[in-house]
Amino acid sequence: MTFEEIVAFLDNKANGKSSVIEGKTVILVSPENWSEISSILKNESKLNFDYLMCISAYDKGDNKVYGAAYNFYSTVNSHYLEVWVEVEDGTSIPSVAELWKAADWHEREAYDMMGIKFEGHPDLRRILLSDDWEGYPLRKNYKEPDYYHGLPVPKDKSYWD
Amino acid sequence: MDPTLLEQFDKDNIIVEKLDTLINWSRANSQWYFQFGLACCAIEMMAAAAPRHDLERFGAMPRATPRQSDVMIVAGTVTLKMAERVKRLYEQMSDPKYVISMGSCSNSGGPYWQHGYHVLKGVDLVVPVDVYIPGCPPRPEALLQGLLELQKKIKTETPLRSHA
Repeated sequence: MTFEEIVAFLDNKANGKSSVIEGKTVILVSPENWSEISSILKNESKLNFDYLMCISAYDKGDNKVYGAAYNFYSTVNSHYLEVWVEVEDGTSIPSVAELWKAADWHEREAYDMMGIKFEGHPDLRRILLSDDWEGYPLRKNYKEPDYYHGLPVPKDKSYWD
Repeated sequence: MDPTLLEQFDKDNIIVEKLDTLINWSRANSQWYFQFGLACCAIEMMAAAAPRHDLERFGAMPRATPRQSDVMIVAGTVTLKMAERVKRLYEQMSDPKYVISMGSCSNSGGPYWQHGYHVLKGVDLVVPVDVYIPGCPPRPEALLQGLLELQKKIKTETPLRSHA
């Protein structure tokens, strides 16, 4: 299916619950509708997105809105789809780890680096950084710590000037 | 030493030397290194251990436990998460123990110097380093030279003298 056909199919199944981002072949879904839309993407045989390739987290730069971009592929129907889900800081996105096992670690990484919380995730904790790390390093307003467990980071850079 | 005396010892297959020298000679030529790598430098370390470069001809062979290792080759990026483990592993090694810092990352943080919020800016902040090997990553020849430099350093030691 082409992108337009997928959009038309989604409008038919769940009208008004997803929108197309202008100038992009990307669908924007609000967190309230994401459980329903994701289950349609996975379970409808016309779509049959059985492969979640990646979840990328992004920062809109206003210290408020953070998003997750999902890239899907159907190994049966050979079509792709990108979906963006955006949330305000403090609220959460429904987890899709039940539908795609790959989402488990991808969502943990998005949580680790960008601080996006996923509701219903089986084990949402940091995946790369230490459990006691403070802050989310890939956020635009992240400040590097001066010390971590007594180790200096970053070393005084004026030493090199 | 009297040259004629030395000549006589030579004939009888006897060498007269200090015990320090004997200990240093044996230590320097059996530097078993701790088999652990942190990043891409570890690939070069493996290449150095493989037949073409053959680290073992200098008496250095990998040991998979700190308790049997003499030298720790810190091969790769030391993240803050790993730094505490590196320190603990170093403390588990028995004396005499040495550290070779291999590559830019473990020397100074390397490419993570400016923006690496998660990288330790030099492994010398947690363990004492004997030899630094520059490179990103260093070629196996550089690691061999680093090991030879360490051997030179060991041969200047005086293990029998009290350090108290």
